[in-house]
Amino acid sequence: MRWTKFAIAICVSACQFGAAQAPPTPARFVVVIDAAHGGDDSGGTLSTGQPEKAFNLALGVRLRSLLGARGIQVVSTRDSDTAVDPDRRAGIANHANAQACITLHATDAGSGVHLFSSSLAPAAPTHFAAWRTAQSAYVTRSLALAGVLNSALLHAGFNVTLGRTDLPGIDSMTCPAVAVEVAPERGPDHKITSALDDPDYQARVAEAIAAALLEWRSEAGRP
Amino acid sequence: MSSRFQTILFSVLVLASAIMGVALWRQLERAHQRLLAGRDSAPTQAPQVAPAEQATLLVANDTDGSMITEVQSLPLPKDPGARARVILGKLLDLYAASDGAHPVPGGAPSVAQVFLMPAPSLTAAAQDPASARVAPKLNDSGPELAIVNLTPSFAANHPSGLETETLTVLSLCGTLHANFPRITQVRFLVDGQVRATLAGHADLSHTHLAVDPAAAQEAHP
Repeated sequence: MRWTKFAIAICVSACQFGAAQAPPTPARFVVVIDAAHGGDDSGGTLSTGQPEKAFNLALGVRLRSLLGARGIQVVSTRDSDTAVDPDRRAGIANHANAQACITLHATDAGSGVHLFSSSLAPAAPTHFAAWRTAQSAYVTRSLALAGVLNSALLHAGFNVTLGRTDLPGIDSMTCPAVAVEVAPERGPDHKITSALDDPDYQARVAEAIAAALLEWRSEAGRP
Repeated sequence: MSSRFQTILFSVLVLASAIMGVALWRQLERAHQRLLAGRDSAPTQAPQVAPAEQATLLVANDTDGSMITEVQSLPLPKDPGARARVILGKLLDLYAASDGAHPVPGGAPSVAQVFLMPAPSLTAAAQDPASARVAPKLNDSGPELAIVNLTPSFAANHPSGLETETLTVLSLCGTLHANFPRITQVRFLVDGQVRATLAGHADLSHTHLAVDPAAAQEAHP
């Protein structure tokens, strides 16, 4: 009887020790890529004549392949020219339980890359969040993600502007979320030096965003 | 030979023609006198122009996404709504200029009307939506809501993009607050109707909070 109790105690201790020493099961690092607009909603018409929705989708596909090659799981809100409403986009992102959500936009106005986070005030996480302001619990992390993207894009030589805005899709996402708007690169005289339809320019933007997300993954300590 | 009846009829017609001629002549004279009287009442002095006053504009720049404060001197009417419209019109004139740092076509005529009214409590409205429908009591010193009615052509011709549309909205809100500190909320309409976005990006479906220019610059450095 005494030997039995002793054996059980050893087993329990060993199990507790093993549980303390074994690394916790890591969560998968998931990135949501949200190519804005689509279907009937073309977004803006770029100076190249291309609708914004097509540019966003092409950049999203390029970014997805870059991240996939680096072992990052990617969930896209759309893979073709289909209309997806903002609530559906947020629903896909929230269901994916992602560590980063990137919404892609394009414009002819301005220069370089514009990064936008939600303008909601930061709030403590709660069990039940209001749909329209669910992002408020993630605003601090979203600003940190915008900072990582800013560093990577600056390092790649882009002109970057940071801002905050109201975006119905992003405001309902429960993940660190940033809207990335790509504009032509302009010189000091405001003349375009890299146009949006330049494949090399698109590749540089996608590479810089992918590098930022790799950095974000290493900061999060996830595989 | 004409009959007696024909003679009488001819006389009556001649008499009627004479009476009508006299009546027409009198009416012509009266019309001429009215014209002369109108000319006399025409103003002989130039209308008084409102005195030039200083207005603070929050001017956006697409290149670096910044907003700078610019003080302009311009004649401003006394009525607060008309005054706000003139100030916003001046801001949009700057954007419509060919060398503008935030090019947006349209200019001053893009602001159809600006109405000022007591601002409803956003917190109360969020907690009890029915209270938002009750007309707020007038308060001479309380916060105000500005309703800016933009023209359809302004929205249709506004460049599409997150940054450019956000800058337009922020600069309009910031300019209103800089000149009317009591304006704390701004609601945008297009042709009198609620519109989802300005040009596909900036959300116009809700009321915007007007903040100090410094705070706006902080939000969009």
